[in-house]
Amino acid sequence: MSIFYFIAFLSILFSLLVIFAKNPVHSVLYLIITFFTFTIHYILLNAQFLAIVNFIVYMGAILVLFLFVMMMLNLNKDAEPTKSIYVKMIGVIGGGSLLVTLVAALKGLAKSQPVVLQNVNLGSVQNLGKVLFSEFLLPFEVSSILLLSAMVGAVLLATRDNKPKVTV
Amino acid sequence: MQLTDLIIKLVLVLVIFAISLVVAMYSTYAERKVAAFLQDRVGPNRAGPFGILQPLADGAKMFMKEEIIPTRASGFLFVVGPSLAIMTACIGSAVIPWGPQMQIGSRIIDLQVTDINVGILYIFGVVSLGVYGIMIGGWASNNKYSLLGAIRAASQSISYEISMGLSIIALLMLTGTLSLKEIAEQQHGLHWNVWYQPLGFLIFMICAFAETNRSPFDLPECETELVGGYHTEYSSMKLGFYLFAEYINMFVSSAVMATLYWGGYNYPGMDWVAAHVGPTIAPIVGVIVLFAKIFAFIFFFMWVRWTIPRFRYDQLMHLGWKKLIPLAIANIVLTGVIATLIKHFA
Amino acid sequence: MEPLSNKRKLIEVKPLNFWERAYLPAIAQGLSITMKHFFKKDVTIRYPEQKREFSENFRGLHSLKRDEQGRERCTACGLCALSCPAEAITMIAGERQEGEENLYREEKYAAVYEINMLRCIFCGLCEEACPKEAIYLDGDIVPTDFTRKDFIYGKDKLVEPPLNQ
Repeated sequence: MSIFYFIAFLSILFSLLVIFAKNPVHSVLYLIITFFTFTIHYILLNAQFLAIVNFIVYMGAILVLFLFVMMMLNLNKDAEPTKSIYVKMIGVIGGGSLLVTLVAALKGLAKSQPVVLQNVNLGSVQNLGKVLFSEFLLPFEVSSILLLSAMVGAVLLATRDNKPKVTV
Repeated sequence: MQLTDLIIKLVLVLVIFAISLVVAMYSTYAERKVAAFLQDRVGPNRAGPFGILQPLADGAKMFMKEEIIPTRASGFLFVVGPSLAIMTACIGSAVIPWGPQMQIGSRIIDLQVTDINVGILYIFGVVSLGVYGIMIGGWASNNKYSLLGAIRAASQSISYEISMGLSIIALLMLTGTLSLKEIAEQQHGLHWNVWYQPLGFLIFMICAFAETNRSPFDLPECETELVGGYHTEYSSMKLGFYLFAEYINMFVSSAVMATLYWGGYNYPGMDWVAAHVGPTIAPIVGVIVLFAKIFAFIFFFMWVRWTIPRFRYDQLMHLGWKKLIPLAIANIVLTGVIATLIKHFA
Repeated sequence: MEPLSNKRKLIEVKPLNFWERAYLPAIAQGLSITMKHFFKKDVTIRYPEQKREFSENFRGLHSLKRDEQGRERCTACGLCALSCPAEAITMIAGERQEGEENLYREEKYAAVYEINMLRCIFCGLCEEACPKEAIYLDGDIVPTDFTRKDFIYGKDKLVEPPLNQ
């Protein structure tokens, strides 16, 4: 349990650092560490497959792309647009409302019982596969179709502008 | 866990760590020797007989060199880059089964640091993490060549991870497990996976070349275009770490290839050997066989490096996305169809 | 266009066939070529231990010759210094004293004879200019050193050793 609290503390600390870091690249790097702590959480919950997939997909691929884009941006101080005081005010109000909503939603929830493992092998690959391809087959396939449509859309956006070029 | 078990694991970890470092060290020597022999030269031959002390001399030189951190570089990340590179390279070997179970007295010892049931995915995770070392180092250098190298490394690594994963899926359809230990055990004798998955192995090997940034895919450090790539600004042992990480990666990926496709520690006639030399010596023979396979792969890595010229960047992407991924998917379909047919009719 | 000669050859660029496009056979071929070289004898001459034979007209380090009685041939006429295009040679003449007849052949000899090996271009003009056949560029390659003054070779390094030694 003490491990959980320590890791949870780290998660919150690093996610705060994501927000407060001045440099966007540092911010992404803190985000990577935050995701790493999530991986540890999954391992603590005995969900090894989920942990490793989180590790590969989020840490290994998506955040690499984040970092990739961040590195290509021009991060000079003068390139940063100056925000007016109104924009800041709106941001504070928006964020505050979100916080209030979240707190209210959490308060409305019944206090969950402490996490107790009902089945030790719950998170193993075999069990996950069996559940995924029997009970949850339809949602699984639907989500894959969703991804496919997103992919097709991206390809379409990238190749839409193929009018014949005007020869000079 | 008992204390003795803990000590055994600790010793195993230390031995594997030491072996990886020594292998990486002597890979630098082997690389130069192999390159020399392939080009009708002699190679390093001054330090010690046949130059075998050369790696030590190189290491000493690396430590003595001046440590330079560029003024405009981001200081902390500049140090984190190479550390991360070598760390991710070293932890990959944790799930590789180095030999069958060894019996000393009444105690049975696993020659594997840890057998997690998602072993292959763990290796994938470590490999995908390895690119951070390069990216962070390249970005922190505050040098456009370094940044270009880092960006190349990232996009190359992501592109080839996909076909690597797809080529593995076909293998997993046959083995039915993600644990490297079980995969190694299934390949007893000469039932090596490469006989059933030749195309998968080929794709996996090409991707392994790309993931370790070895020639012909060494574009991140392409010296004709990018000075030194991501490690342009690095000097002293930090540069040494980057170079070392590359060789450790090569060692680990050779071990993975040998374990997944070429039978790991299995060899024809292993039952006969086990029956004759007993359960203590037989695993050692297995370990030697595995290392022979690993060294063969490392030699192949070097052989290819000194034969094939580097790809152009668009060719690299073309190969990764338009050739290897369709090929890997075709391999999955083919494997599935054939496996089902065999199950059906036999 | 009218061809200028009949040597012109039309080259057809055929589209690559499947095996050529697959690239792997070409890689295998390349690997076999390099493997052939792996077993070939290396052509390296391991230099400090093993030396390549010099050609007959190789011009190396200078040596100041002695005659058949072991006397220095040089008479410090200065023609070598004059002919030297790089101005590498300096000398100070000395007069032979009584009792030194077994050391110097002529009445005048070079008391100091220095060649700056960093200036010398090994053209061999000093050799050609010498009327006494006293200087020849028949030595080895000039060895490396650390300071400039070590490249100024005096008589101690240039004169060939006495006959009976």
